[in-house]
Amino acid sequence: MKNRFATRAFALSFALAVGGGLSGCASTAANPKDPFEGFNRAMFAVNEGLDTVAFKPLAKGYDAIAPAPVKTGVGNFFGNIADVWTALNNLLQGKVGDAFSDVGRVLVNTTVGIAGLFDVATEMGLPKHQEDLGQTLAVWGVGDGPYFYWPIIGPRTTRDTFGWVVDIHADPVANLDDVSVRNSLLGLRFVDIRASLLPTDKVVEEAAFDKYNYVRDAYLQHRRSVIHDGNPPRELPED
Amino acid sequence: MKSLFSLFAGIFLLLSPAIAQETAPDALVRKVTDEVLSVVRQDKDIQNGNSRKIIELVDTKVLPHFNFQRMTALAMGRDWNRATPEQKQRLTEEFRTLLVRTYSNSLTSYRNQTIVYKPLRLQAGETDVLVRTEILQPGSKPVPLDYALRKEGEAWKVYDVIVAGISLVTNYRDTFTQEVRANGVDGLVKMLADRNKQLEAGKKQ
Repeated sequence: MKNRFATRAFALSFALAVGGGLSGCASTAANPKDPFEGFNRAMFAVNEGLDTVAFKPLAKGYDAIAPAPVKTGVGNFFGNIADVWTALNNLLQGKVGDAFSDVGRVLVNTTVGIAGLFDVATEMGLPKHQEDLGQTLAVWGVGDGPYFYWPIIGPRTTRDTFGWVVDIHADPVANLDDVSVRNSLLGLRFVDIRASLLPTDKVVEEAAFDKYNYVRDAYLQHRRSVIHDGNPPRELPED
Repeated sequence: MKSLFSLFAGIFLLLSPAIAQETAPDALVRKVTDEVLSVVRQDKDIQNGNSRKIIELVDTKVLPHFNFQRMTALAMGRDWNRATPEQKQRLTEEFRTLLVRTYSNSLTSYRNQTIVYKPLRLQAGETDVLVRTEILQPGSKPVPLDYALRKEGEAWKVYDVIVAGISLVTNYRDTFTQEVRANGVDGLVKMLADRNKQLEAGKKQ
């Protein structure tokens, strides 16, 4: 199966990583989880620039133009496709019940929910899950590895970067043969995800002193939580 | 006399489970959330982003149940113990202002999401719990919203809010540690105060 999009995106990120002088920045690290902070900050700046001139305006336009039911339908459509991969990952993590529930979701939403446009399954009591290979590898005992901030893709630990490469190779949308349909759908999905994050922009903008740090730590906390299905071991504060 | 005493004691014992239930941490979270959301649902000004009204609502309904000193200590980690009592007080005031301002605004985006309260099994004598809730929105994965509470005297106080696994408090740890390392505790006080002034000024524009 050829997957030029994923291969190219990864090759681009990798080239940028090497070109950005990955090893040269290691000495500036203040956080042990982020040994390549210099490189990551550079890529963060790249993404912030792209976001300001392209992604955010696009997302805002989409958010303003598309009626609410359309946006919900778009999110549901891509969510339904993602549920297939989620089911497989739940199975790989030994959560057989969740995997069955996810398969049920896909069956119900693809048929009764008209190709996934409506999330009927949630109303039937089959809640949505979100699993990816990074989470599966974590459940299998693979550690985070150094943190990275990639162009376009954004924050990923080393394990999750590897997971993402496999995720995108398994992604039905990225594997469509018709290039223009594939690219349109990938673009729409990207804009839909970006639009769904618009409400958090202002909070992060106001709350963060150092946006790079804030995003990194939020990402790492969030991943730790989803790996444990929302129940990470509690670290009680000492005092 | 003795029987009168035992009568009182008996009544007290009968009543105490009811009292305990009333102040249980999950019941508290539920009560406060319901109260706040019912106001938000009816108030067009808040829905349109009137910051003054939102902060007023949060001030009266929510803040009495928070322990901001503990939140600040948690955000600072070990550096907290290096601060003088005066510095601790200033840090707490500034951090409180920042948290209230930045996160109260998210109430304006509340529309018709449903909040689900996860059952809490409170063990006898337990003084530190996590109350779990979920925000349901059709079509998207439920967003977990958890509150960490600790019992202080008879009352439960919130000391952390965790959205989608992200603690709004400890997410500052790294930034605060770096600031204290670079410019000391006073540097951190100044950093927080400057940001609050900046946000205050931005709001008036």
